[in-house]
Amino acid sequence: MDLADLLEIKEKELRTRKPIRLRCCLAAGCMSSNGQAVKDSLDKAVQEAGLADEVEVRGVGCMRLCCEGPLVAVDPAGILYQKVAPEDAASIVAALKGGETQVSRGDLNHPFFTKQMSIVLENSGEIDPERIESYIAADGYQALNDALVEMEPKEVIDAILKSGLRGRGGAGYPTGLKWATVAKMQSPKKYVICNADEGDPGAFMDRSVLESDPHRLLEGMAIAAYAVGADQGFIYVRAEYPLAISRLQTAIKQAKQHGLLGSGVLEAAFTFNVEIRIGAGAFVCGEETALMASIEGERGTPRPRPPFPAERGLYASPTLINNVETFANVPSIVRKGAEWFAGIGTEKSKGTKVFALAGKITNTGLIEVPMGTSLRTIVEEMGAGAPDGNQVKAVQTGGPSGGCVPASELDTPVDYESLQQLGSIMGSGGMIVMDQTTNMVDVARFFMDFCMDESCGKCIPCRAGTVQLHALLDRILRRQATARDLGLLEELCDLVKHTSLCGLGQTAPNPVLSTLRFFRNEYLELLQPEIGAPAGPGNAPKPDANPTR
Amino acid sequence: MPVRTLTIDGKPVSAVEGQTVLDAAQDAGITIPTLCHLDGVSDVGACRLCLVEVTGVSRLLPACVTKVTEGMEVRTESERLKRYRRMILELLFAERNHVCAVCVSNGRCELQNLAVAQGMDHVRFAYRFPPYEVDITHRMFGMDHNRCVLCSRCVRVCWFIEGAATKNVAGRGAGARIITDLSQPWGKSETCTSCGKCVQACPTGAKFHKGSTVAEMERDRSRLEFIVTAREKKQWIV
Amino acid sequence: MDRLTFATVWLGGCSGCHMSFLDLDEWLVDLADMVEVVYSPIVDRKEYPENVAVCLIEGAVANEDNLEQVKLIRARTRLLVSFGDCAVTGNVTAMRNPLRTAEPVLQRAYLDTANLRPRIPQARGIVPPLLDQVLPVHEVVPVDSFLPGCPPPADRIRTLLQDVIAGKGSLLSGENIRFG
Ligand SMILES: Cc1cc2nc3c(=O)[nH]c(=O)nc-3n(C[C@H](O)[C@H](O)[C@H](O)COP(=O)(O)O)c2cc1C
Ligand code: SF4
Ligand code: SF4
Ligand code: SF4
Ligand code: SF4
Ligand code: FES
Ligand code: FES
Repeated sequence: MDLADLLEIKEKELRTRKPIRLRCCLAAGCMSSNGQAVKDSLDKAVQEAGLADEVEVRGVGCMRLCCEGPLVAVDPAGILYQKVAPEDAASIVAALKGGETQVSRGDLNHPFFTKQMSIVLENSGEIDPERIESYIAADGYQALNDALVEMEPKEVIDAILKSGLRGRGGAGYPTGLKWATVAKMQSPKKYVICNADEGDPGAFMDRSVLESDPHRLLEGMAIAAYAVGADQGFIYVRAEYPLAISRLQTAIKQAKQHGLLGSGVLEAAFTFNVEIRIGAGAFVCGEETALMASIEGERGTPRPRPPFPAERGLYASPTLINNVETFANVPSIVRKGAEWFAGIGTEKSKGTKVFALAGKITNTGLIEVPMGTSLRTIVEEMGAGAPDGNQVKAVQTGGPSGGCVPASELDTPVDYESLQQLGSIMGSGGMIVMDQTTNMVDVARFFMDFCMDESCGKCIPCRAGTVQLHALLDRILRRQATARDLGLLEELCDLVKHTSLCGLGQTAPNPVLSTLRFFRNEYLELLQPEIGAPAGPGNAPKPDANPTR
Repeated sequence: MPVRTLTIDGKPVSAVEGQTVLDAAQDAGITIPTLCHLDGVSDVGACRLCLVEVTGVSRLLPACVTKVTEGMEVRTESERLKRYRRMILELLFAERNHVCAVCVSNGRCELQNLAVAQGMDHVRFAYRFPPYEVDITHRMFGMDHNRCVLCSRCVRVCWFIEGAATKNVAGRGAGARIITDLSQPWGKSETCTSCGKCVQACPTGAKFHKGSTVAEMERDRSRLEFIVTAREKKQWIV
Repeated sequence: MDRLTFATVWLGGCSGCHMSFLDLDEWLVDLADMVEVVYSPIVDRKEYPENVAVCLIEGAVANEDNLEQVKLIRARTRLLVSFGDCAVTGNVTAMRNPLRTAEPVLQRAYLDTANLRPRIPQARGIVPPLLDQVLPVHEVVPVDSFLPGCPPPADRIRTLLQDVIAGKGSLLSGENIRFG
């Protein structure tokens, strides 16, 4: 397999394409509302209408507006059918030839679609994720070829550096720097790991990429491996994503068969193998050191850093670990150039970000927007606000590690720094909208409950601190807490944030801190007066004046 | 070996490259509180009591796993650190059931000593009172989960000094607990050599010699020290 | 000289802390010169008075009566001292807490092990019902000073009282805060 072969596959794929195409979403969202049956009955209806030569029914990945699924798109007519039932197949096919159908149509001119910008999701909903040819027809694997044939590893790293790409797994560490560190390490063995553990409640961006465009991830990882000098890759994906796992397995098999993985990739002197590792669903296993321990078959608990994975990672070898979305940006950067990528987004946050929009919002689904898009655009325009005429009260980003941005701050642009200033984080892309019926103390308790359950138990501040934070929040909600308890809550947040071993504990207080910052009144309203006035210094452990006189 | 000069609480200290801040402090006679650290086994940085401030680093660093660097300025005694240590101890006391008055380790317990040293005169958090069991199935030793602080010292000595790999941690979060083999009664273990190293390593009254009653549990770390010294320095303590 | 009004209270504890208090021996005589004992198990007075300067409170909050009392005491006392481990941590009194309710304790004490007429005593107003969970005093009301120990040694009690009376503060440190 070389460039010529790639181009030939592409050409053949385009040549054999049928004039009319029905794209059926077969990603998990639509599959859960009977998407597979919709596709099957469309296939049948096309056969029965005798249109098989003219019409192609293609299973594709997520088309974004998951709440209206199952979705079926018609090319080139530019129609999007929503909430399609298997019984609708005949009328949809009839409508291709001037017939009538009652199936409701989505508005492709709605800001939900028009304000999106696709890099990571460029093939999502377009190509068939189970056919490598479909990916190759969309210029797939050309970036890998460009890298292997035309670029030195250092040039690839320079391109990533120049693009300004930052990690999409949460912390936003500059990807090029990380690659450069791993590349610099002298070691006979290096690894590339893709973090597909995606544990934030409400987040499904990575899952969509895996289900909709798995080859993009493989290509990104292969380019990374070439750049840093690794020959073995692992994809760590959670067991709760069976469809993603099976599509990845298919993709890996196809890529190997086509000489795009394995030894002598694209006839270059480059070997890269990828294996899948399945996580058992512990949130903390998304933390990089815990993840590596889990791959090694150890208990999935984090260890102190340094040493960072780049210096000493999997099996004590230098290891590059990036998030799914981070890798998924790479082929586009290599193919279209660092300048192109750096031209998108804000000064410090380049490119796009995928968000899983959920909660009290009319349009739930997947959106990809340029960095710097305001929360208002996302929530009010694209998401069309809260349903049933309710008012948006806050937007939660960053999952259990993030915070709540109040409605008054909706003009905040989404970029790493702006969200951090508001006490939240970009996170991996979960975005949960809350309306005025939401009690913010309850929200804080919900996330604390999650962290408490997911704490690995290794370090004391997180293991025991999240339990006590949860108990204090619970006490406040039961209207049994006093100002003394609120003080303790704040002191404990400070401790857990600054002394926990890993990111889970260090960020666990964020939902509490940010709701305290913007919705303190909701806490104060629940407090009870203290029984009996304290005469002395209360419970402060400092020397006191004599309170008896 | 290259020497590194640093200051700890303003005091100039010289250390060897590769040493941890904790080692350097100990050599210089400066006490940094620790709980999960045990000389001779690898560190896990889990208890967070040894956190120190280092100039130019915004995060607090665990002294037991942080290597010394040239010119490093370390502070071990700020008000903030004292507040954190005290609170970590409060969390531990509230987590399980510590009734010192009836404990085998009363008066000789590292946890109790830490509370005294850090000025913890009471616990502000609500005690959790979890129901835990006592395993006295072993012929010689007992394990009282009510007093375990999950420092994992027993696990590490059992794996890395005795090499029996009998002890382990199971479960996660507040549900984490020390187990024997695949969560069997200690007395049923086929891998335990009854060497007693885990009992010597335990900082609290969680592991004890059967037959010791209140305040009687004495530990003899010299046996551990003997093996570790022999291994690391090839010297035999006589 | 105006003497400080001084009280000691015995809640859910074994009275060991009070025994230790009596171990102050002849210093008790000196103490009597400095404080006026207005309420104590060793003083015959039914109701806890108003405006008490210092109160040592032994024992945890274990029953409904303790609960009412401790709130009243807090309201009428300027310096409230948790006296002994049971008051400070719950200690032995709270060892039934992992059982979650008082029921199994009563069952064991009055039914399972009874030889004659097994029956759980119920006499409202005479026998106060047990709380499901025993609480250290400061979980119910704010406490100003902590005097741990099971029981606190007499000289520890003396150190605290001397400091308080001399106006040198009310917090102990060093070995004086050791539990057990
Ligand atoms: C508790 C915890 C959970 C995490 N979960 C994930 C995850 O599910 N996916 C992910 O990509 N990164 C996760 N991370 C971040 C990873 O540790 C790591 O920073 C990331 O994979 C690096 O990739 P990036 O540089 O491409 O963002 C998690 C971190 C913590 C502390
Ligand atoms: S912060 Fe929490 S999850 Fe991380 S190591 Fe500590 S206990 Fe484990
Ligand atoms: S282990 Fe230590 S702190 Fe716990 S009860 Fe025993 S003596 Fe007290
Ligand atoms: S006695 Fe020895 S072998 Fe047995 S559990 Fe303890 S350390 Fe391991
Ligand atoms: S049993 Fe002892 S040594 Fe083992 S984890 Fe518990 S406290 Fe630590
Ligand atoms: S899953 Fe079908 S549109 Fe997202
Ligand atoms: S001694 Fe360093 S973290 Fe426990």
